[in-house]
Amino acid sequence: MRKYFIIFSIAIAGTLLSCNNNETAATATKTDAPVATAPGGQENVQDDVSAKDVVKVAASSKDHTTLVAALKQADLVTSLSNAGPFTVFAPTNAAFEKLPAGTVEGLMKNDKKEDLQNILQYHVTLAAMKAETFKDGQVLGMVNGDNVMVSIKDGKVVLNNSATIIASIPASNGIIHVIDGVLLPPAKK
Amino acid sequence: MKKITLSMTVTSILLMFLLLQSCKPKNAGSAVNSDAASKAYVPPGKYDEFYNFVSGGFSGQMSVYGLPSGRLLSVIPIFSVDPEKGYGYSEETKPMLNTSHGFVPWDDQHHTELSQTNGEIDGRWIFANANNTPRVARVDLTTFRTREIIELPNSAGNHSSPFITENTEYVVAGTRFSVPPDDANGDVPINTYKQNFKGYISFISVGKEDGKMDIAFQIKCPGINFDLSHAGKGKSHGWFFFSCYNTEQANTLLEVNASQRDKDFIMAVNWKKAEEYLRAGKGRKQMVKYAHNVYDEKNHTASSEIRTEITVLDAKELKDICYFIPCPKSPHGCDVDPTGEYIVGSGKLAALVPVFSFDKIQKAIADKAYEGDYDGIPVIKYEAALHGEVKKPGLGPLHTEFDGKGNAYTTFFVSSEVVKWNLESLKVLDRAPTYYSVGHLCIPGGDTRKPNAKYLIAYNKITKDRYLPTGPELSQSAQLYDISGDKMQLILDFPTIGEPHYAQAVAADVIKNKSVKFFKIEENTNPYVSKSEDATKVVREGNKVHVYMTCIRSHFSPDNIEGIKAGDEVYFHVTNLEQDWDVPHGFAIKGANNAELLIMPGETQTLKWVAEKIGMFPFYCTDFCSALHQEMSGYLRVSPAGSNVPLLFSTGKNQPKVDSIAVK
Repeated sequence: MRKYFIIFSIAIAGTLLSCNNNETAATATKTDAPVATAPGGQENVQDDVSAKDVVKVAASSKDHTTLVAALKQADLVTSLSNAGPFTVFAPTNAAFEKLPAGTVEGLMKNDKKEDLQNILQYHVTLAAMKAETFKDGQVLGMVNGDNVMVSIKDGKVVLNNSATIIASIPASNGIIHVIDGVLLPPAKK
Repeated sequence: MKKITLSMTVTSILLMFLLLQSCKPKNAGSAVNSDAASKAYVPPGKYDEFYNFVSGGFSGQMSVYGLPSGRLLSVIPIFSVDPEKGYGYSEETKPMLNTSHGFVPWDDQHHTELSQTNGEIDGRWIFANANNTPRVARVDLTTFRTREIIELPNSAGNHSSPFITENTEYVVAGTRFSVPPDDANGDVPINTYKQNFKGYISFISVGKEDGKMDIAFQIKCPGINFDLSHAGKGKSHGWFFFSCYNTEQANTLLEVNASQRDKDFIMAVNWKKAEEYLRAGKGRKQMVKYAHNVYDEKNHTASSEIRTEITVLDAKELKDICYFIPCPKSPHGCDVDPTGEYIVGSGKLAALVPVFSFDKIQKAIADKAYEGDYDGIPVIKYEAALHGEVKKPGLGPLHTEFDGKGNAYTTFFVSSEVVKWNLESLKVLDRAPTYYSVGHLCIPGGDTRKPNAKYLIAYNKITKDRYLPTGPELSQSAQLYDISGDKMQLILDFPTIGEPHYAQAVAADVIKNKSVKFFKIEENTNPYVSKSEDATKVVREGNKVHVYMTCIRSHFSPDNIEGIKAGDEVYFHVTNLEQDWDVPHGFAIKGANNAELLIMPGETQTLKWVAEKIGMFPFYCTDFCSALHQEMSGYLRVSPAGSNVPLLFSTGKNQPKVDSIAVK
C-alpha cells in the first residue's frame, strides 16, 4: 500500500511541477526528450491588458482571416509579435479573393511555405509609418528584400499601382494599413 | 486491497496525464532537455569555468558573471556613481567622472572588450565605452576596478567602441552621432547636417606595459552614423572595419529617413597607413577639450586633467586610409572571423547577411574597382568585395560571433533566434529560438583569433513572461547555450543588471590567479593615510577638519570626536589597516549627503561631510566584518559655530567622569 501511495504522491508532485515548468522544466522530468515542443515565442505571452500588437489587431478583424491564417502557416506570428516597429500592409479577405482561383489554397500547402513567406514578408517593412508620411514616388524596402513603390493618387496611398490603403490601425508594435489588393513580389531573377 | 491500490494507480496516472495536459507550457521556452540543469550546474564551493563580462547598458556599469552557472560575481562601477562602493562619492574617486562638461555621474555602457596579445585574450584589462558623453574606460583585471577613463572630442554617442586591435595597440571609438567638430561653430541650423556635421573615428593608443590610454589620432570622415566595429586580425591586421548607417544624412525621423537607401556602408580603415601619414606630419592639430582621468593604486586616488589638443587626419584628403563597401540596409554588427578573411555585415533591415572577403577587398582596391565615391571616399563595388550572402537567414540580423571551426553564429532580433551558419558554404546549419528579441551574443573569445567555443550567451531585450513579474520594468536576460555539439542547446537563462549589450567571456584560468587580495599598507602613498592607530589625528584648517582615521576589526580610531562646529567641512580619511582577503570596512555617518565609503584592506578613502546641524552623529562600519561588527561605531559631536568646545579625539579613553558615575 505504501508503495502505491508513493506513486500517487509522485503523480501529484509531478502534476504540481508540471504547472510550474515554464522555467524549471529540466528539473521536472527524467526523460531526455524535450519537455515541450510547442512552437512560438512572444505571441504566447498571456497579456489581455496591454495594447494589441499587429498580429492581435489583425486576428481581431473579421476581414483578415485569410491573412491571419497565412501568417500562421508561414511561421511569421512570432516575428510580428516582436517589438517591431512594423508597418504591415494587410490585404483584406476580399483582396485575397481577387487572386486567381486556387492561389491562396496553393500557397497554404506546406511545400509552398517559402513562397508564402516571401509574399507575406513583402507586406511588412521595419519602421512604423503613418499614412500621411508616405510620399509620391517613395520606395519602401520590405522585409523579404524587395521594394514597394508608393504613389499618391487623389489623396490616397497606392502601392505598386495595385493596392490602395483603405484604413490605418495603430498597434502597439507598429501600424496596420488595410489594403484592397495583395502585393506580389517581383519574380526572382 | 488490491482493487483499491489499482484504482489509486489508475487515478494517479490519469490525474497526472490530465494535469500535464491542462498545464501544458504555452511556449517553447520550456523546450529544454533534461540534461540542461546538470550542464549549467556548478556545485556550491566550486568555481565557474568562465568569467563573463557583461556591459550594463543604461546602468553605466559592467557586471561580471560566472559561467555556466550564471552567478553574479561583481558589478564594477565605471561610468555611473555607485553609492554602494562610494565610487564617484569619495574624494579619491570623484575625478574619475570628470569630463569637459564637468562631473558626469551617469552614462550608458554598451560594449566590453578584453585586451589581447597576438589576437588572444591576455586577461590584463577590459575596456568599456560610454555612449552618451563619449568616453572609453580601462578596467584592471587584477583589482576589477576602473583605472582610467578618457573622453573623446569631436564625438557624440560613442557607439562603435571600445573594439581593439589584436595586440591592443589601439582601442577605437567611432561617433554614432555626427556633429559639427568641437572647434567649429555648433550653433547652426540642424537641417544643415550635410554641410556642417562630420563623423570622427578615434584611435586610442594603449601603453604596452601600463595600459595608459592616449588619443593617438582621429580620422575625420563624412557626417554619417558609425555603429559598430571590429579590427582585422591575422592577415587583415592593420585594418579596422566600421558599420555605418544614415548615409542618407537625415537629421530627423531617422526611423524612416535613415532607411531610404538600399545599401549603407562598411568602412574599411587602413590604420597602418594612417600611422604612416601621422609620422609624415600629415595630421592637423586641432584645439579641443577632453578629460583624461587615471586612478592610482598606490595613493588610491584619481587625478583628472583636461587635455587641449589632438591630431586629425582627413579621410577625404588622404585618399588611401578609408574605403566604403556597400552593405545592405543599415548595417549594425560588423564582425571579423578568426582568420581575418571574412567580414560579416548585418543590415538590421536586410533579408540577407553579406560576408565580405578581405582578399577581395585588397584586390578591389588594387584594381580600383570602385563604383564611385561618397563625399570623397572611394566606394568599392559590392560584388568586388563580396565573398557571398547568407540567404534567408532570419529576420533582423544584428551581431555575429565565431567558433573558430569555420562557423558563425548570428543573432536575429525580429525572428528572436540565433542562427549557426558556415562561413565557407554560407549554409544555415542550425537555429535556436531566444526568449525574446535577442540583441548581442557572446562566445568566449568569439571575436578573437582563438575562440573557446563551449558556450554561447544570447542577451535578450524582452523577457515579458520569462520571470516572475516585477511591475512595468522587467529585467533583460542572458541565455546560455551549449554549442560544443552540432546543435545549439539552451541550458540556462538568468536576469541581468541594466541592459546588456555586448559582452566578453574568457576561461577563468586567464584571470583568476592574478586577482589582488589586498593592498599593501606599506605601499599606500595617500597623503591622508594613517598607517597605524598611533598615526591617527584630527586637524583643523579653518572651517575644514581632517580626520585621519583607521579601521580594523572591530573599531575605528578615533571613535569619539568632539569640537566640530556647525558649518565645518569634515573630511574622514579612513584607512583600512587589515591585510587580509575579503575584509573591507565600510564607513557611514548620519546625515551624509553623499554615500558610504567601502574601504579595501590597505586602502585610504575619504568622505566629505558637512556639519549642518548641532547634535550627536553616530558613525559605523557598514560591511559585516567580524562578530563584533555591530560594535564597530563611534560618535561625532557637533557644537554651535563659535562654541569653545575643544577639538578632542580618542579611542577607548573618553570615559565618564567619576562623579557622574556616582550619581544614583
